[in-house]
Amino acid sequence: MTDLTDLGVAAIRDGVASGEFTATEVATAFNTAVAEAQDALNAFIVTTPDAALAAAAKIDADRAASKPLGKMAGVPIGMKDLFATRGVQTTAASKILEGFKPEYESTVSQKLWDAGAGMLGKLNLDQFAMGSSNETSAFGNVISPWRRPDDTAPLAPGGSSGGSSAAVAARLAPAATGTDTGGSIRQPAAFTGISGIKPTYGRCSRWGVVAFASSLDQAGPMARDVTDCAIMLEAMAGFDPKDATSLDLPVPEWTAALSADLRGKKVGIPREYRLDGMDADVARAWDEGIAWLKEAGAEIVDISLPHTKYALPTYYIIAPAEASSNLARYDGVRYGLRDLPDGAGLQDMYAATRAAGFGPEVKRRILIGTYVLSAGFYDAYYTQAQKVRTLISHDFTNAFTQCDVILAPTAPTAAFALGENSDDPLAMYLNDVFSVPASLAGLPAMSVPAGLDRNGLPLGLQIIGKAFDEQGVLNAGLAIEQRAAFTARPARWW
Amino acid sequence: MSEYRIQGATGEWEVVIGLEVHAQVTSNAKLFSGAATAFGAEPNAQVSLVDAAMPGMLPVPNRECIRQAVRTGMAINAQINKWSRFDRKNYFYADLPQGYQISQLYHPLVGEGSLEVQVDEKNPESTKTIGIERIHVEQDAGKLMHDQHPTMSYVDLNRSGVALMEIVSRPDMRSPAEAGAYLAKLRQIVRYVGSCDGNMDQGSMRADVNVSVRRPGEPFGTRTETKNVNSVRFVMAVVEQEAKRQVGVIEDGGKIVQETRLYDPDRNETRSMRSKEDAHDYRYFPDPDLLPLVLDDAFLDECRASLPELPDAKRHRYETALGLSAYNANALTADVETARQFEELLASVASAAGKADADVAKRVANWLLSERPGILNAHALPADHAKNSLEANTAIVVATEAGVISGSKAKEIFESHLTSDIDLAAEIDSNKQTTDTGAIEAAVDAVLAANADKVEQYRGGKEALFGFFVGQTMKAMAGKGNPQLVNQVLKAKLG
Repeated sequence: MTDLTDLGVAAIRDGVASGEFTATEVATAFNTAVAEAQDALNAFIVTTPDAALAAAAKIDADRAASKPLGKMAGVPIGMKDLFATRGVQTTAASKILEGFKPEYESTVSQKLWDAGAGMLGKLNLDQFAMGSSNETSAFGNVISPWRRPDDTAPLAPGGSSGGSSAAVAARLAPAATGTDTGGSIRQPAAFTGISGIKPTYGRCSRWGVVAFASSLDQAGPMARDVTDCAIMLEAMAGFDPKDATSLDLPVPEWTAALSADLRGKKVGIPREYRLDGMDADVARAWDEGIAWLKEAGAEIVDISLPHTKYALPTYYIIAPAEASSNLARYDGVRYGLRDLPDGAGLQDMYAATRAAGFGPEVKRRILIGTYVLSAGFYDAYYTQAQKVRTLISHDFTNAFTQCDVILAPTAPTAAFALGENSDDPLAMYLNDVFSVPASLAGLPAMSVPAGLDRNGLPLGLQIIGKAFDEQGVLNAGLAIEQRAAFTARPARWW
Repeated sequence: MSEYRIQGATGEWEVVIGLEVHAQVTSNAKLFSGAATAFGAEPNAQVSLVDAAMPGMLPVPNRECIRQAVRTGMAINAQINKWSRFDRKNYFYADLPQGYQISQLYHPLVGEGSLEVQVDEKNPESTKTIGIERIHVEQDAGKLMHDQHPTMSYVDLNRSGVALMEIVSRPDMRSPAEAGAYLAKLRQIVRYVGSCDGNMDQGSMRADVNVSVRRPGEPFGTRTETKNVNSVRFVMAVVEQEAKRQVGVIEDGGKIVQETRLYDPDRNETRSMRSKEDAHDYRYFPDPDLLPLVLDDAFLDECRASLPELPDAKRHRYETALGLSAYNANALTADVETARQFEELLASVASAAGKADADVAKRVANWLLSERPGILNAHALPADHAKNSLEANTAIVVATEAGVISGSKAKEIFESHLTSDIDLAAEIDSNKQTTDTGAIEAAVDAVLAANADKVEQYRGGKEALFGFFVGQTMKAMAGKGNPQLVNQVLKAKLG
């Protein structure tokens, strides 16, 4: 019998439905894998084997009773610890929320449970989703299951959804939820050789997801292939009246409409993304991707996104500005950490609580955000950034008059070693250079594995689509997936 | 009208006033959550996950709150902005769970409008138009309770997230009376519209009073803002005290500091709360959890169609169409409940008496404004007393209007009705005044015969005695003689 942990979402769901194996067997296999890897990879903040088994038992009972099974029936998944889960600690990887057990379930996680998925545990992440390497978690780094050849140096799984990427790549879960504010699904997917899609802003409800930057945050699936992403996204997406920015549109049947035939489609190649001194392997992967899409029938066109170079600074004004306000609620008054020194007043309690509860990167972004919103600086920074954001959106609108999707690298390099960038926030922020523009424009974007670099580490290619056109993105992703034939996986060293 | 001036040691000063009024929107639910809003609930009994700012919670605008603010804007003839936006006002305080208040700084829902006020209650000519700069909607904060524990403060979030309208006037007022009249008029209008209950003692309406002084004709002086003043009387007192204080400071060679002050009603003075130097930087920015608020024409049409007749229009109609005096029209329209009672009784009486509204309006107005209140007051009965019903009022006014009973008998019967168990219809019936001229003549004859001396005096020029004969005749007829006929017969017989 095949190892159940090698199976993806579709294979597990179909196998459970056909009776090839039970959901309980699947949950047990993944629970074991999670437990065996936890010390080495630290992918989870909390594991919930009982929840996974309970969900599986329900699916097995439903199947025995011939009840209809959901899209994700029998599939155990990892839940990024940014989603509120009822009765299960929800921390955003921050000390300030340690021990916090919500009395509510996020809309997205509830939809997944309703579709028949079960929870293996809460996945580690960069604190409040702020980071590109998982090094900002208050619960320790996630270690990538990938290693360079003959080198045991721990590598970054990417961030902020680093627990998600590591778990899926290491076969601890067939799929996991991620959230993407400036690349937090796509970059970790690229670093670990898996697929992940950030849908159009508003597709997935933000209700119950700990907020980082509200105008950018968007949930999405991370899985081993494009089809699994499509299946899981169908389960996650949908209008939610509890989120005022939620899209009031029906959820398309993306899986049924998947097609790698790109005849009649145009793929734009943005010239501004070809940076001086670009990593040779990344450039080669990009060229290969272009060739594959041509082979799939697409016409390749050069496009220009002239404001690309302003995207990163714009993002690092808008996201911290929103974060500085979103994180004001963690004040020690109602829940989470409270540090109340003897004789302290209210202001002292705020200061002590927030000093003890937030990590350095979170503090840095709160400070940046507070600064750019301050009287006298607001117009020069925030207002200006909003204008540039509009220009960046217009860039895409113009580009999409000439093409249907855009192909670009996901990240400027393959995974780096932990500690390599952590002393230099700016070098770390540069990781987001290719992913941030689509976030600012609210567009659907996906990373799929393209191949390995000279060190045998995965590289991802990014497909950016028109608003609401997840189908176009998934289809181009499928075309690359079929031709890249990416079968590499990390050797199990843990 | 004489202008309000403060006599300083160095001459006359003019006071300049602007009001920012916070009015709690009448709605079953809060501005961005489904939690209830009733006054007086147990602490923290009306708090949703959103109001407590739990992680991942999101605001969703409550359509009814927006509707009420739009209707209020229409009632002051203001510009309604079809595109508006919510901003976050960031500051830390224990009664503010989100760490920011959702408000509207840059693009308010309602723009420029105005209000015409009557400054002197007794003088209908003393009108003045006060400009209103804007109305925006925002969240209220919670409440800190400092008296529950020796070393800690408790937080009650019932009010957290409740919808407020902030109604910002232009600095157009120049006296305590104008400020008082403006606030009273505003309260009257929101009550008519039904957008706020106007209960200042419960905090559902409160004013921040901006006051500055200047030499008449000179540019505006530096202003202070006295926060959360919760009655019309206190607003007038704040203007008076604060203006005097400012004149004192300036005349003593000092300078007015732009600052926030508090009013202490017990000592009738304002006190400094914090100065501009340590004012917050609120870091306003558009709330990224909310899309801009876009109103369509159908929504605006519905808001407009649902507006009631407003007090000025109503007063005008009472005077012109119903023929009421300016004084009565003013009194009946002063608050929406009085006007509602009047119109209800008017319709009921007119229909029962088979007459037009205008024909019975004066009688109904007098009954409601002077006769009935006298009876209620004498017995300290509340207006909502069960026996003070529409049916009873209608019966009594209709009987008076039809000449069945006299006005004084009406009051007597109504009083008995309220204070004892009588059958109202039977009582009216048994007190029917007589229009039988024969019976009246007989009674008059008997009275004149019994008072021959007074008849002589009357005929000798002491005409004041006429009332005496009327009284005696009415008494002889047990109050049932039709007063007009009694008068006629007496006049004829006394010659």
